[in-house]
Amino acid sequence: MMLRIAPAVLALAAALASAAPAHARIIHEERSLYSTILVNEQGPVRCLQFSIRRDQRNQSCVNQRRPKEMVFAYARMVMTGLLLEPEPRRILILGLGGGTLPMALNELLPEADIDVVEIDPAVVRVAREYFGFAPTERVDVFAQDGRVFVKRAAAQGETYDLVILDAFNGEYIPEHLMTREFLEEVRSLLGGDGVLVANTFSISDLYDHESATYAAVFGEFFNLRADNTGNRVIITRPGRLPPTDVLAERAAALQDTVAPYGVDYDELLGLMSTEPDWDPDARILTDQYSPANLLRSR
Amino acid sequence: MAVIVYTLAFVGGFCIMSLELLGGRVLAPYFGSSIYVWGSIITVFMLSLSVGYLLGGRLSLHHPSLGRFALIFLAAAACLYPLVYFSEAIMTWIFGQVADPRYGSLLASSILFILPTVIMGMISPYSVRMLVRTTTHSGHVAGVLYFVSTLGSALGTLATSFYLVLWFEINTILTLLTAALLAMAAIAALATRWVASGPAVTAETTVPSGKTA
Repeated sequence: MMLRIAPAVLALAAALASAAPAHARIIHEERSLYSTILVNEQGPVRCLQFSIRRDQRNQSCVNQRRPKEMVFAYARMVMTGLLLEPEPRRILILGLGGGTLPMALNELLPEADIDVVEIDPAVVRVAREYFGFAPTERVDVFAQDGRVFVKRAAAQGETYDLVILDAFNGEYIPEHLMTREFLEEVRSLLGGDGVLVANTFSISDLYDHESATYAAVFGEFFNLRADNTGNRVIITRPGRLPPTDVLAERAAALQDTVAPYGVDYDELLGLMSTEPDWDPDARILTDQYSPANLLRSR
Repeated sequence: MAVIVYTLAFVGGFCIMSLELLGGRVLAPYFGSSIYVWGSIITVFMLSLSVGYLLGGRLSLHHPSLGRFALIFLAAAACLYPLVYFSEAIMTWIFGQVADPRYGSLLASSILFILPTVIMGMISPYSVRMLVRTTTHSGHVAGVLYFVSTLGSALGTLATSFYLVLWFEINTILTLLTAALLAMAAIAALATRWVASGPAVTAETTVPSGKTA
């Protein structure tokens, strides 16, 4: 019963948190090279925000009474990637935010080596100071541009079992992280059977262009869309996607482990689809053509 | 003739800023979009323009003419167009040689953009020489010229960032810029037929320079 109610409660919490209501108390504010970083707190929920605009969504939230619980739908959706690769040994995460994902994955998979790439050193500081994130022997943080890190790692023949793209901060989309060439570099990091999980966009024209680009590089992918939050998570890998009964089997085996994080695999598997629901003729984004920010506003 | 020179200056200004904006997109796949990438690009453009101003002024001392002005545009086009074919290979090479993306992006923008930008920087001072008839009016002429070429720069910035990148690939835009520079070279060259002699005057005289366009 608890498990059934939990998603509804979480959805409500996310809705409340993402609206950043006026009575949320701002406990830290700083202007960095790349954005304005705000930390706000409302009751036990502490959130990271990248804009001074009140209507701007929060990036990352932690409920300090239940610190494991993932407040945001997209973070829980990302955990679905573990159903394609239950035991990744090397994990790459582009985009740190409040550090929710690397901390959860480090707890769940203490043997895994996790590399986090975050362009903004100020975000790394804030994550440490306000969200309890700390690099460890297993968790390394690199303060640099994600594209440069990926290109160099690919050139050096590195591979990861799980790559998570979460480098989008809402206001501005790094356009060089959405192109066919970038996804090809990521694919080469995945070796033969690594898994890619990308937190992306579900609204505006950009949805069609982005979907067509992922399809051009990876072929089929699992598409997870949460109706209410505007989030969309893409999960795929270079080879064939596993059949759904394999995923269901792994979900059953993992459910108890991920339950403390608020992850409900039954619900998430229900969101998964491989059915193309985008315009297949949408122009593919490339290094030569990547006006993502202009397309989003249409 | 004044209209022609102002048109040349306007298009020159347009191309400079369009190229500068494209520079960020050209470098991003190799060096990211961190603040130092823009720092590299702006540094290289400012340095190149300053050298271009110097050279353009120097060049205007020797037999200034629309025909020679056309050659400047021709040279700018010739230095710009190879970017379409060689920038990838150059950046791949630099990416392999220089680990620090700050110096990588500085080196890349130097190699890619110094030549075309130096040459486009020559346009403004050369335009002043083509237009000035008297010392009395020299400040006024220079003022109008800066107005026109900077207006071109503003429009180049706006058109590129709002529309051109939405419609075209980077290489297509570079080709269009090359075509615009070539068109200006052609206009300047053709204009020499109508304008028999260049402004064969010294700064101190007020003698009109024969026919004017």
